[in-house]
Amino acid sequence: MTPFVWWSSRADRYSWWLALFAVMASLAVFAPARAKEAAPLAADEAVEKRLVAIASELRCLVCQNESLAGSHAELANDLRREIRTMIGQGRSDREILDFMVSRYGDFVLYRPPLKLTTILLWFGPVVLLLGGLAALVAYLRRRNRQVVAAPLSLEEQGEAERLLNMEGEQQ
Amino acid sequence: MLPELGQFALIVAFCVAVVQGVLPLVGAHRRQLRWIALARPAASALTLLIAVAFGCLTASFVQNDFSVLYVAQHSNSLLPLPYRVAAVWGGHEGSLLLWVMMLALWMLAVAAFSRQLPDAMVARVLGVLGLVTAGFLLFILVTSNPFDRLLPGAEEGRDLNPLLQDPGLVIHPPMLYMGYVGFSVAYAFAVSALLSGQLDAAWARWSRPWTTAAWVFLTFGIALGSWWAYYELGWGGWWFWDPVENASFMPWLLGTALVHSLAVTEKRGSFKNWTVLLAISAFSLSLLGTFLVRSGVLTSVHAFATDPRRGIFILAFLVVVIGSSLVLFAWRAPKVGLGGRFGLVSRESFLLTNNVLLVVACASVLLGTLYPLVIDALGLGKLSVGPPYFDSVFAPLMIPVLFLIGVAPFARWKNASIAELSRTLRWAFVSAAIVGGAAPLLMGEWKPLVALSLVLAVWIVATAGLNFVVRVQSTRAGRPFMAACRQQPRSFLGMHLAHIGVAVFVVGVALVSGYQAEKDVRMDIGDTVEVGGYTFRFGGVRTEEGPNYTALVGDVELQRSGRVLRVLHPEKRSYVSSAMPMTEAAIDTGFLRDVYVSLGEPIDRARPDGPWAVRVYHKPFVDWIWGGCVLMALGGILALSDRRYRLAARAAAPVAGVADQAKA
Repeated sequence: MTPFVWWSSRADRYSWWLALFAVMASLAVFAPARAKEAAPLAADEAVEKRLVAIASELRCLVCQNESLAGSHAELANDLRREIRTMIGQGRSDREILDFMVSRYGDFVLYRPPLKLTTILLWFGPVVLLLGGLAALVAYLRRRNRQVVAAPLSLEEQGEAERLLNMEGEQQ
Repeated sequence: MLPELGQFALIVAFCVAVVQGVLPLVGAHRRQLRWIALARPAASALTLLIAVAFGCLTASFVQNDFSVLYVAQHSNSLLPLPYRVAAVWGGHEGSLLLWVMMLALWMLAVAAFSRQLPDAMVARVLGVLGLVTAGFLLFILVTSNPFDRLLPGAEEGRDLNPLLQDPGLVIHPPMLYMGYVGFSVAYAFAVSALLSGQLDAAWARWSRPWTTAAWVFLTFGIALGSWWAYYELGWGGWWFWDPVENASFMPWLLGTALVHSLAVTEKRGSFKNWTVLLAISAFSLSLLGTFLVRSGVLTSVHAFATDPRRGIFILAFLVVVIGSSLVLFAWRAPKVGLGGRFGLVSRESFLLTNNVLLVVACASVLLGTLYPLVIDALGLGKLSVGPPYFDSVFAPLMIPVLFLIGVAPFARWKNASIAELSRTLRWAFVSAAIVGGAAPLLMGEWKPLVALSLVLAVWIVATAGLNFVVRVQSTRAGRPFMAACRQQPRSFLGMHLAHIGVAVFVVGVALVSGYQAEKDVRMDIGDTVEVGGYTFRFGGVRTEEGPNYTALVGDVELQRSGRVLRVLHPEKRSYVSSAMPMTEAAIDTGFLRDVYVSLGEPIDRARPDGPWAVRVYHKPFVDWIWGGCVLMALGGILALSDRRYRLAARAAAPVAGVADQAKA
């Protein structure tokens, strides 16, 4: 633990500012600069966590397929600031996402909403999985009825022996 | 002069490809020995011609010949030599030439390493590859000629996209394309088998090493791309479910399924139709990926092309390739035998379940990738399908896959008993549950999803170890244990190594997504920030001149418990030719964690020597993600070096020849 840990304690905002002021003052008076704990860009870590969570669900509209959380673009910075403000106003995640959709349309959501046009998208994989497994079981049952233990032809027997001889050497 | 020579070589190559695509195929059908014999020399000539064209384009780049349009668009006289060479595949036209170059190299390899195969079979395989090459060469010549002149020539080139000026991007595309294109060999083998009607175990045996080799390249290629995105794009992610990434991931998923189903077809003669269909699909998805990336229907990091003519050509090509293969399949498949009998619970059925899961996973990725395009095309609005969708659909499908990795190697061919399997595996399961379930506590916080992933990872490793011991014991025959260990076939070891690679990958993914910590801070000179037990001390930003860019280089001291470990240098580069600044993250790589620093923006734009917005990350186990991929690929290489392939290359030639005559 560094001696600077107490500065990062969010509970004691007042002393934090005091300390910052003290450091600034000392910076102004004495050179070279003294180390201090860097200020987070966000005032509150809980807010920042929520911001990252919300922003990862959103598309940066001016970038090439990048989330709002990752983007360094101007618009992304502005939108993140706006979301931060909305969090500060006590709005819920749902409300913030709804606000973004009302402004930019569904395109802004990386998790498409469930509606008539996205039913296939959301249920497609489940249907494929169940259908695939059902087809697999049906196929295996039918196959087992069809395959009779047919004796090998002479040619096949020769081939089998050749293969067995080769594999026998290494197994 | 050189560009014209290259152009000429391409035209001649197209003619040779057509000849190679027609005569040997017809010859094999009619048993015309001379036409069959044409396949190998034609393949060599074709490869040589394409290599000449490729060499001409490379030379134009090296000499900064800005009278060639493509060179003027993608290079610059200030560009360092390695990047001038890599710039050959920095744009659409050159990427396609690289595609064809890789295809030619695979073709040459088939011609060289298939001495033990019947000539008619080789002729068919090379013929099919010739047709594919002809299609691509026509595409290049008609819509995307890299040798088009710019008259009068430009004084200076426009420069390579700065994102691509990176060592990772020098090797990533060739690797990826080797994998992509490699599935064309599996495809050619499948189509040849359909054409000849000899869809037998021998066919599976021959196409198996080629499929594995393509899969190894693709695995390396995808891992390299992911690693590049991690350190180059500057926001610390390693996979973005970007359509271009998906385009390479879908063939990988099907290729993985194919590797497994080929094993069954070779050993047991079952699933022949299914295997053929997978081989066709894997290559079709490679083509579809090329279409998606190259036609410009997507707008993403990699898609540079926007000419609709190209899109229509590839789409037509896609339809012809997939359509004709499926027609051929529908015609021939019903005549193929079913192979041996096996029970509902058997190694066959486990592998088939693996196939179903991988194919459904691949189809889901395809659905998510194409859905926005389709909705948009139908005029139903604009949608984004991003990581939250893919994560929630893909991850659940992988849980049974990971579980089955542990079970299937113990299941007997033909008939396995669930009771016996659970008896053999119960202790492995209990230990995996305990170790994997408790391990998240070491990270300081227990998270259910991390625990589930770790249980599965430990499960895979434990069962692989157990399976190895069981096998050694059963083949020991009185010899010492270690001696028996060394006797195990490499394909067996390769399988387990690849599976352990999957486990290592899962550990990396689970731990980094569960426990990574990041901080976005404002740093003045001398400021420190602590994340994940490491302290970063910001020493300011200075200016440094690169060959074709100006960089703002930060000095960030990395400390732990008061001791300076090293100084990291994150950069912000402005390239001479591009307005977009590039972020170069600085990473301290470690076995158990990466620490990652990237520069945001100066707080006051006018004062880059003042305070900066800096982002720091602590990413536990992130390198295990790529380490796992490397292990998977090494497993593939180990399997390829198996004794029977070396033996087959030397000894089997006369046998195969005789067998072929008997069949003819």
